[in-house]
Amino acid sequence: MNVRTKDKVATCMFWLGAGCVVVLLAALLGYIVIRGFHAIDLAFLLGEPETRRAGGGIGPNIFNSFYLLFLSMALTVPLGLLGGIYLTEYARQNAFTNFIRLSIETLTSLPSIVVGLFGLLIFVSMFGLGYSLAAGALALTVINLPLMVRLAEETLRTVPDDLREGSLALGATKWQTICRVVLPCAIPGLITGIIIAAGRVFGEAAALLYTAGMTTPHLNFGQWNIFHPTSPWNPFRPGETLAVHIWKVNSEALIPDITRVADGSAAVLMLVVLGFNLLARWLARRLGRRLAGS
Amino acid sequence: MDRNRFRFGRAVRRELAGFSLSFIAALLVIVLTIAITVFISWKGLSVFFVHHVSPANIFSLDWWPDRPPEQGGPQVGILTFLVGSILTSLLAALLSAPLGITVAVFMTEISPHLGRRILQPVIELLAGIPSVVYGYIGLSVLVPFIRENLGGTGFSLLAGVLVLAVMILPTIASVSTDALRALPRSLKEAAYALGATRWQTIRLILIPAARAGLLTAVVLAVARAFGEALAVQMVIGNKREIPHSILDPLITLTSGITMDMGYTVQGSLWNDTLWFMATILLAISFLFILTIRVFIGRGEAR
Repeated sequence: MNVRTKDKVATCMFWLGAGCVVVLLAALLGYIVIRGFHAIDLAFLLGEPETRRAGGGIGPNIFNSFYLLFLSMALTVPLGLLGGIYLTEYARQNAFTNFIRLSIETLTSLPSIVVGLFGLLIFVSMFGLGYSLAAGALALTVINLPLMVRLAEETLRTVPDDLREGSLALGATKWQTICRVVLPCAIPGLITGIIIAAGRVFGEAAALLYTAGMTTPHLNFGQWNIFHPTSPWNPFRPGETLAVHIWKVNSEALIPDITRVADGSAAVLMLVVLGFNLLARWLARRLGRRLAGS
Repeated sequence: MDRNRFRFGRAVRRELAGFSLSFIAALLVIVLTIAITVFISWKGLSVFFVHHVSPANIFSLDWWPDRPPEQGGPQVGILTFLVGSILTSLLAALLSAPLGITVAVFMTEISPHLGRRILQPVIELLAGIPSVVYGYIGLSVLVPFIRENLGGTGFSLLAGVLVLAVMILPTIASVSTDALRALPRSLKEAAYALGATRWQTIRLILIPAARAGLLTAVVLAVARAFGEALAVQMVIGNKREIPHSILDPLITLTSGITMDMGYTVQGSLWNDTLWFMATILLAISFLFILTIRVFIGRGEAR
């Protein structure tokens, strides 16, 4: 075959490969959303799950997923930011810094089921939290912390050194410079990254099976004492998230309408994750433009 | 004057507090890594120290954890699980790597504009789909399709490999893209100046030059596939046997842990064997990181 012809064939192959991936995503999204469309109504979104009868909803599961996301983000974001600040602003090139980077790499590539087992051993048993949202939030924090530190480090590095030097030259201390100059500049990048991370946490299930548990007590949304076992806000109660619910319904549920519940749950989960992603994109464009304009 | 001294003192205190807090946060990452390693292995190695199971027993193919002592005592061979994990993740990477690298080349060489505008978001969205959703699609589409068209129950190695291949595609594509983007422009320009076609440049210059990065992408993808639990567990049938064809069901380390952890008694041999499997997962995850470090180290030396 002629070199030119070969080049053309290869080009076609690359287009075909790229096209495949786009079609694949469209098919996956389309399948989940179209199938879920029939299952979702208000009673499904707000109702309680059933264990034996048909007609269960996913209301508490949606609540648990968002609440757990909030709890774990409340831990991860400050810790991750501080870790990122240490790596960009304070760390020197030495063995300790290398060890931090190695640890980040190690934690990032840990299978989430292993993190879940660590949570079972330490948070559930040793700390005595039992199957609870608190234990689940801590396990999610272990998964998300290395990603957050890396995100914070990468974003803070994009802040030009001129700004730091200017601030220090005006007599600000290092910490003042970090809080009032570096962090504000990095905020657009941080927010986008945090929202994308939130989408990922929202879909996590393997680490939660044996930490946040696979059951939810009957929730009484009128109960505002957060230590009451039926209070939705009680972090020490077990809580099955939406992602865990999809797994449990498919692998061990006794309800007759497994397909309906699974279709609906998968569609809701998918739409929320998609929502997080689009929100991050939209914010990135908006905040980026505003910063460039100022 | 006093007021200034007060402000100065407060600034120093904040400076110290800020430094200490960020130092502690960084230290926490190290502490967590060590804690996970120590606690999981301590629990996993109890099969040797508490239950006195021999290494020959644990690294065997026989699984019968409650065999009575008069028949020779319990058999807790994890090799079936390990082989299952290796098979699914390697085959998935084998399937996914060519497509992932094709996409990466498309994004960097064929159409960077479409790459940024369309493929970049597509790949990010694929990476964002939760693993239970991948598992559910596998369960409701792939498994019935395989059952009706290829035979068997549908719960099979093939279903597991296909689900994993899609799941690791974003990892391969995005890491490969980074590797190709990091190449100096001069390489490509020199090849074109010598009269090479685009395909020749890609095949003979760019891909070999980015070899270390591409290998890293594949290793990261295998690592992800190896550790994936629920999506795989939902479609492979979880039968404790080595598969003889791609249509046979099988079990992996992660699916074995997922299935049995809730149903075995804490401290029993069966339960502790699951922790040993987790220790193996941990060790293999370390091995992958070591491999990548060696690849990247070598790549830089050249």
